[in-house]
Amino acid sequence: MNHWTYTRYELLRTFRTRRFVILSFGFPVVLYFMIAGPNKHETDIGGTGISAPLYFMVSLAAFGTMNAILSSGARIAGERQVGWNRQLRLTPLSPRHYFRTKVLTGYLMAALTLLLLSLCGSFLGVRLSGAEWAHMTLLILVGLIPFAALGILFGHLLSVDAIGPAMGGTTALLSILGGVWFPIQNGVLHDIALLLPSYWLVQASRVAIGGKSWTATGWLVVAAWAVALGAAAMWAYRRDTGRA
Amino acid sequence: MIELRGLTKSFKTPQGQVDAVRGIDISIDTGETVALLGPNGAGKSTTLDMLLGLLRPDAGTVEVFGAPPADAVAAGKVGAMLQTGALVRDLEVRELLLQLASLYPKPLDVDETIELVGLHDIAARRTQKLSGGQTQRVRFALALVTNPDLLVLDEPTVAMDVESRHAFWTTMREFATRGKTVVFATHYLEEADDYADRAVLMANGDVVADGPTTEIKARVGTRSIRATLPGAALEALERLPGVTRAERRGESVVLTCVDSDAAIRALLAQHADARDIEISGAGLEEAFLELTR
Repeated sequence: MNHWTYTRYELLRTFRTRRFVILSFGFPVVLYFMIAGPNKHETDIGGTGISAPLYFMVSLAAFGTMNAILSSGARIAGERQVGWNRQLRLTPLSPRHYFRTKVLTGYLMAALTLLLLSLCGSFLGVRLSGAEWAHMTLLILVGLIPFAALGILFGHLLSVDAIGPAMGGTTALLSILGGVWFPIQNGVLHDIALLLPSYWLVQASRVAIGGKSWTATGWLVVAAWAVALGAAAMWAYRRDTGRA
Repeated sequence: MIELRGLTKSFKTPQGQVDAVRGIDISIDTGETVALLGPNGAGKSTTLDMLLGLLRPDAGTVEVFGAPPADAVAAGKVGAMLQTGALVRDLEVRELLLQLASLYPKPLDVDETIELVGLHDIAARRTQKLSGGQTQRVRFALALVTNPDLLVLDEPTVAMDVESRHAFWTTMREFATRGKTVVFATHYLEEADDYADRAVLMANGDVVADGPTTEIKARVGTRSIRATLPGAALEALERLPGVTRAERRGESVVLTCVDSDAAIRALLAQHADARDIEISGAGLEEAFLELTR
C-alpha cells in the first residue's frame, strides 16, 4: 500500500489536462501584463504606498491561486458525474487521504502560479528580499485555506453544469471586493472587504513595504472562513457519499 | 462468510414509496459464486449497494467477513464492478490500474491483470479514448486488480457483445477458482446457470427461491404447451411425463412443463386429436410471476 502512488497519478492526471493548465497559468499572467504593464512606473497606487507592479503581482497571484485551488472543485464535480466517487468509496482510500490529495493538487497549482507571477513581477521591476518574498508567499498560502475548502464544498454540492457559473461568479465577486483589480481603501466596500478572505490575500503585498503583514482581524477572518468552509465541505462530502 | 439479515430498503419517489427490498436474508459461504437473479426492478442492485455499504439499509444488517461492509472495504477485501460508472480521464489504462492498485494491501500484479482481462492492446491508451466495451473491460480489471476476497458484479455484461461476454465469464471463472467469493447480479438465467454455483431468485424485493442453479433452473426454466383439446381430463394430462400443471382455457388446455420434449411426445401419443399446438418458453419474467403468485 503506497499512498504517494495514488497522489502521484492524481497530480499527473491534473497536469495532463492541457486546457486547464494553460488557462490556469496563462490567464493571470496575461492579465498581469495588461493591468500592471501600463502602470509600471506608478510607485504609490491608490495611496497605498505600494507600487503598481507589486500590488498587481500579489493581487493577480491572489486571483490566480484562488482559481487554481477552487478548480479542484470542478474536478470533483467531474468525477462525481462519471460515478468515480462511488468507485473510490469501494476502495480503502480514507476521506483524510482523499482530501489530502485534492488539497495538495490545488496547492501545487497555486504554488506554480505564485512562482510564475513572481517572475513576471521581477520582469516589471518588483524587487523583494528573500525574506519578504517568503513571508508574503507564506501568507498567501495560509490565506488559500478557506478557498481549498470552498472548492471541495462546491465540488460535492454542485453538478458539472452548475459549477462553472458558480465558481466564475464567486471568484469575480471575491476578487472585486478583495481589491484584486483596484485597491479598496475606505467606504462601505472596504468594510465588507475586511470580512472577506480574498482581501487578506491581496493584503499580503504590504509585507513588501515593511507594513504589518496581517492584522489580528486578518488572521481572525481567514481562520473563521477556513473553519466554516471546512465544516461545510465535510458536510457536503458526507452528504454526497452517505458516510456516517 | 457474508450475511444479509432482515435487509429492508425503500425509496421515496414522486409516485409514492417504493419498497425496493423487503426484509431479505441471504448467507453466502466463502468461496461460493452466487448469482442474484431477477428481472429489472427486483431489488438486485439495491441489495448489492447495501452489501457494499453504498446504501444504508432501513432495517437489517450486513456482515462481510464478520465485519460491517465499510470495514471490509477499508481493509481492501472488496472489489466491485457497479452497473453504472465511467472512468476518470487523462490517465492511461495501465496508470489507472496502478493508481487504484496502490490503495490495496495485496493487489494483483498490474501486468498480470492486464494479461488476465486481455487489455494489452489498450493498456497505453488514455481512458477517454476507449469504446464502451473497452471501458467495461477496464472496469472489470479495476475490480480484479484489487485482488479482493469478495468480488461483486452488478449486471457486468449488459453492455457487452456475445464474444466479450464469453471472455468476461471465462476470466471471472478463473478468478473464482482462487478461492474468491463472487456475487453477481444478472437477469439472464443462462448466466446464472453457467457461471454460478447457486442462484438467489429475487422478485419485487423478495427472495423467492434460493438454491443450486440446477434446482432453480428446473423451477423457472419452464415451457408451456398450449393445444386445442376439448374434453380431455385435466388430471390425466397432469400425470403426463414432464408436465407440472394442466389448466383449461375454453377449448384449449395449457400444460406447464419442466420437460416439454417428453411432454409433447406423451401428449401426442395419447391425444392424437390435439391441434393448434404451441410450445413457448416461459421468460424469466413469467417464471417469476409464477413463483411469486
